[in-house]
Amino acid sequence: MITTIIGVLEEGLVYAIMALGVYITYSILDFPDLSVDSTFPLGAAVTAVAIIAGVPPVLTLPLTFLAGAAAGCATGLIHVKLKVRDLLSGIIVMTALYSINLRIAGRANLPIFSQKTIFDGDFAAMLPEALSPYAVPIILFILVVICKIVLDLYLKTKSGYLLRAAGDNEVLVTSLAKDKGSVKILGLAIANGFAALAGCVYCQQKGFFEISTGTGTMVIGLANVIIGTQLFKRVSFMKATTAVIIGSIIYKACVSIALSLGAIHIGRVTISLPITASDLKLATSVLFLIILVLGNRKGKKGKLHA
Amino acid sequence: MLELKHIEKYYNAGTVNEMCLFQDFNLTINDHQFVSVVGSNGSGKTSMLNLICGSIPLDEGRILMNGKDITKLPEHKRLRSIGRVYQNPAMGTCPHMTILENMALADNKGKAFNLLPGTNRQRIDYYRESLKTLGLGLEDKMEVKVGVLSGGQRQAMALLMSTMTPIEFLILDEHTAALDPKTAETIMELTDKIVREKKLTTIMVTHNLRYAVDYGNRLLMMHQGTIVIDKADEEKDAVQIDEILKKFNEISIECGN
Repeated sequence: MITTIIGVLEEGLVYAIMALGVYITYSILDFPDLSVDSTFPLGAAVTAVAIIAGVPPVLTLPLTFLAGAAAGCATGLIHVKLKVRDLLSGIIVMTALYSINLRIAGRANLPIFSQKTIFDGDFAAMLPEALSPYAVPIILFILVVICKIVLDLYLKTKSGYLLRAAGDNEVLVTSLAKDKGSVKILGLAIANGFAALAGCVYCQQKGFFEISTGTGTMVIGLANVIIGTQLFKRVSFMKATTAVIIGSIIYKACVSIALSLGAIHIGRVTISLPITASDLKLATSVLFLIILVLGNRKGKKGKLHA
Repeated sequence: MLELKHIEKYYNAGTVNEMCLFQDFNLTINDHQFVSVVGSNGSGKTSMLNLICGSIPLDEGRILMNGKDITKLPEHKRLRSIGRVYQNPAMGTCPHMTILENMALADNKGKAFNLLPGTNRQRIDYYRESLKTLGLGLEDKMEVKVGVLSGGQRQAMALLMSTMTPIEFLILDEHTAALDPKTAETIMELTDKIVREKKLTTIMVTHNLRYAVDYGNRLLMMHQGTIVIDKADEEKDAVQIDEILKKFNEISIECGN
């Protein structure tokens, strides 16, 4: 049981970093950015190669953020400068990055099991003996909190204000004598930076790069953001970024529960469902659909009351 | 000074629906003029504003601002010296940001949007004072999101925000059309006050003939892409609302309305 909870917590926290990025594109910029599906494995690929090449594990964090940001810029430039629709710009970058990720890693699967990672560096050694079995979730938690605080602080700067304005009212950005296109590019860069950073942490935690890890990242990110923001809509003191992080953990828990439903007991009747680990992506999207539909219901009710 | 020279604008160029709106359209607006523009729907009022601001491209002609050719300048660069208020009150503010954040955004127009704090604490008193001049009690709700304000309150804020930083031109696109008569009156008075105080060169498109007659020192009536009435200063002061209405009716009959 404890191992399951820790597993959920770890996965939830890793995906929370990516969800913070999706929060920027989906909630703030209102841009359906599919490129995260490939910037997540991009982060993993860069990390695996860098660590094997002897780069200190901590340095892979800023390195992957920059790599993701560059990919995000590409999506933004395709959308803004070449006037390709938002969804298609993401798909173009996503498809192209698949090959680029393979080129970076050299193959579809690159293990780094024997290498030192951020999870067994100096920091882990500093932890008290009693906490050492929990080093991974603790380090993840600290990383997520740092990401959250940095994002919160950024959103309070002038640049952050402009980013929020761009999602809220594009016309106003133009009225402020700013090019709304560049603001979008900046937002996409930051969002994909976070997605790649999540990929970096994922790779170091799992101990390998795998080309297909990115599939469905966008769906997971959206689910996290929607769960978080819907669930804590009425909790005014909670920041949206915190809600997104909690949403990520809740979502991972839901997926984990769904996958454990091999046998459902209703009274004395036991229904055996042929659910296995390979149904992960199916569970991911079905759950996402349920969340979307429930979210819509809530919205309608609210409107009736108003 | 704002000059529109030999402007041509076609819609749906090259198709069977091709429509010529402006053909050799010329207009010069001098500094500190407050121009009211009236005209029926489709007469080209809003298109003229969009051409000036660069929201839509023109086919021929040149636009000069203080003698400088801005024809090729993108919209956001032109708006550095232009403030614009739209008919829709939602266009001038950010609904998910607080009143204070909106004010801070507007205050930073023309400056860099960098990593300094978005709201400058030292400016809050100034924001409060300027909100007070609206007389809507917004100065006590600085932490409230703009989305919950009424259309009139938002439009008042939009007006305040668009004129907060030093600008030369103010473009008002039927900015009282979506408001109730009482609020519209308030916004109009506020507009007049701001224009006088800041000595702005103003173009106001309106469907309210009374506002067009009462406010400003120049009146234009447009019809099918041409100016049919152009009266300034003393000539404008002598204009009666009946006179405008009569001309308006003549035009409408011509169109078969």
